[in-house]
Amino acid sequence: MGYVAVKGGAAAIENAEQFSMIRRAGGASELLKPDQIREQLHFAVDRVMSEGSLYAPELAALAFKQAAGDSLEAAFILRSYRTTLPRLGYGAPMNTDGMRPIRRISAAFKDIPGGQLLGPTPDYTLRLLDFDLKDESPDHTRRMMARLFKDTELVDPLPERFPKVVDMLRREGLLVPRPSAGGKDDRLVDITRQALTFPAPRSAQLQTLARGETGGMLALAYSNMRGYGSVHPVIGELRVGYLPLRYCNHVTGEVETIGDMLVTEAEVISRIGETDGPARFSLGYGLCFGHNETKAIAMAVLDRAVATGEPATPSEDQEFVLTHVDGIESMGFCNHYKLPHYVTFQSELDRLRNIQAGQAKGEEIRS
Amino acid sequence: MTSGLPSEAMPPLTDWRDAMPSTRHRYSYAFLDEGAKREIRRKMLKAVAIPGCQVDFGSREMPIARGWGTGGLQLTLALIGPDDVLKVIDQGADDSVNAVNIKKFVQRVTDVPLTTDTAAATLIQTRHRIPESPLGPHQLLVFQVPIPEPLRLVEPSERRTRRMHAEADYSRMWLYLYEDIVKFKEITVGARYPVIVNRRYLMDPSPIPRWDVPKLNRGEALFLFCAGREKRIYAIPPHTEVTPLSFEDFAFRVEDFHGRRCERCGARHSFLDEVVDDESGRRTYTCSDTAFCDQRRRENRHGSR
Repeated sequence: MGYVAVKGGAAAIENAEQFSMIRRAGGASELLKPDQIREQLHFAVDRVMSEGSLYAPELAALAFKQAAGDSLEAAFILRSYRTTLPRLGYGAPMNTDGMRPIRRISAAFKDIPGGQLLGPTPDYTLRLLDFDLKDESPDHTRRMMARLFKDTELVDPLPERFPKVVDMLRREGLLVPRPSAGGKDDRLVDITRQALTFPAPRSAQLQTLARGETGGMLALAYSNMRGYGSVHPVIGELRVGYLPLRYCNHVTGEVETIGDMLVTEAEVISRIGETDGPARFSLGYGLCFGHNETKAIAMAVLDRAVATGEPATPSEDQEFVLTHVDGIESMGFCNHYKLPHYVTFQSELDRLRNIQAGQAKGEEIRS
Repeated sequence: MTSGLPSEAMPPLTDWRDAMPSTRHRYSYAFLDEGAKREIRRKMLKAVAIPGCQVDFGSREMPIARGWGTGGLQLTLALIGPDDVLKVIDQGADDSVNAVNIKKFVQRVTDVPLTTDTAAATLIQTRHRIPESPLGPHQLLVFQVPIPEPLRLVEPSERRTRRMHAEADYSRMWLYLYEDIVKFKEITVGARYPVIVNRRYLMDPSPIPRWDVPKLNRGEALFLFCAGREKRIYAIPPHTEVTPLSFEDFAFRVEDFHGRRCERCGARHSFLDEVVDDESGRRTYTCSDTAFCDQRRRENRHGSR
C-alpha cells in the first residue's frame, strides 16, 4: 500500500498532546511551581491576565506554566476559563487618584504635586547578562535583602490621594474635553456580550484596547509615533499601583470594596490639535491589568489616535485598530491555516489549471 | 528634586548590589569592539564633511533600550579616551535618572572622570539641551536623537524623504509651517525646530527647545548627533551656519520667559522649568541647566555677600 492521506485523528491528537507534555515536563530540571511563576515571573503573569482579561494571578501563573511560557496561549487558556464564570455585575467607576501607587512618573513636568515615585522598574538597569543569577543562592539573596531593608530609612507614609497631573492642565483650559459620562457616548457597552459597531462608543474602544495584545498594540502605536500618524505623545502621567475594586452589594444596596488589583494607567498628552474651539492639547488614556507599562502607553496612544477626525494612517482608523488588536482572535485565525484546506485548495487548483490551459490554447491559435 | 551637586569631579558611582563585578573583564574598553568604534568614527568624519546630512551607520545593540540614548552612547563610547572628562545631561540636569544611568555605564567600562562642570568637560552627552554656558573649541557635544528625520512631520515614508533631501526639496516643510501660521497664527513646533545647515540640508536639531537653536549657529564646539534606533549620524562642524526656518514677516522666536526668573539662582536669561507647588498650586521656575544654576548660586554666595 502506498501513501495514505492524513486521517484517523483521534490517536494522533492523543500522541501530540503527550509529546507537548513531555517537551514541557520531561527535562531533568525541577518542575516549576505556579507560585514561583506568580512571584518571580510576575511580568508574564500580568501580561497573561491583561490579555486574558481576567484578574486572577494564581490562574494566570498556572496558565503560563501549562502553556510552557507562550503568553498568547496562556492568555487564551485564561480567557476561555473566564467565559465559564457567571457575570454578577459591573464594578463601580473609580477615581484613580485614590490608587495606592508603587510607581508614578511624569515626563511632562519635572516636579509634580505628590512627587515622582520611580518604584520598581527595569528601565535604568543595564541590559547586561547577570551571570551571578545562574547560581543565585537563596541565602545570599536573603542576606542582600535584609541588608537593604536595614539601610532603608523610614519615610513619611504616602498621601491618601495623588492629584492627577493632567488635571492641572485641564484646570487651565489647555486640554480638549473628551465626551464625558452623561454625554452622547455614555452607552456602557459590554464587548464580551455585544458585537462591535462603528463608530464604537468610547467604553467599547477602551475595553477592546485593555484586553488587546501587547505586541500588536505596540506595533500599531509605534507606527503612529514614528511617522505614520501624528500623536507625538508626552507622558503626562504613568501610574502603577493597587486600585480598590468596588462593587454594589445586591442585598444591601451598598457599594463595598471587595479587593484590590494591580493596574497600570497612562495618560498621554498629544500635540496641539485643531478643534472647533481654541488650540489645545488632547489626551489619550490607557489602563490595563497588572504591571505592563508598554501596553498602557501604547493603549493611550491608540486611544488618542483613533479619536482623529479623518484617519490618514492605519493607527488612526478606529475600525482598523479595534478589529486587529485582540491577540487571542488574531492568533486563532493565524493558526487556523494549519487546519486542512484540501477542499478549498483543490477548488482553486482546478481554476488555475483551467486558466493556464486556456492561455496555452490561446497562444497556439495566435502563433 | 534638584540637589546641589558639587561641580568638582564626582566620586565613582556605586551600584547597590555591585551587580556586575565582572563587567570590566568581560567587555572591552568602552564596551564596543574596536571594529565598531572605527566604523562609527569614520561615519562621524563623513557626517562632519557634509554638515547636516544624515549618514547611515551600523548601529549596535546597547545595554540600554532603543530610544533611551543608544545613539549618543555609541558616539560617546567611540570617541572617549582615558584623557577625557565626561559630562552627561538629560533635559539640562546632571542628576536626572537617565543621565546618572548613562554616566554609571560609561564610567564602569572606561573609568574616565566625570564632571558636572560644563567648562571642565571635554565630552558632553546631552539629551534635549545645550548647556547655557558657551562651549569652547576643545569640546564635543554629543546629542541623543529620537527622530533624526526633520521631514518625518510631513512625510512618513523614508524612501520619499531621502529623495526630498537629495533634491533639496523642502517645500512641504515650508508649507507645513505656513499652514500652521494660517491656522493658529503661530508655529506650533515647540522643540526640534527644523534648521537649515550650511545653506543645504534641512536638519532636525534633536528635541532641544527653540531657546537652544541659536547656539548651533557658528558655534565653537563640534556638534555630533546620533540616532541609534534609526541608525543615523549627522554633525554640525564648528563655525557652520545654522538657520532656523523662518519667514520674512514671521520670524523664528524662542520661548518667552519674560518677567520670570529662576527661584534658586535668580537667573533671568536661562531656559526655565515650570514647577508646581504641592500645596498652594503656585507656579515657580528653576533653571533647566542645573550645573549652570548651581554655579550661579555659588557665585552669589561668594560674590556680593
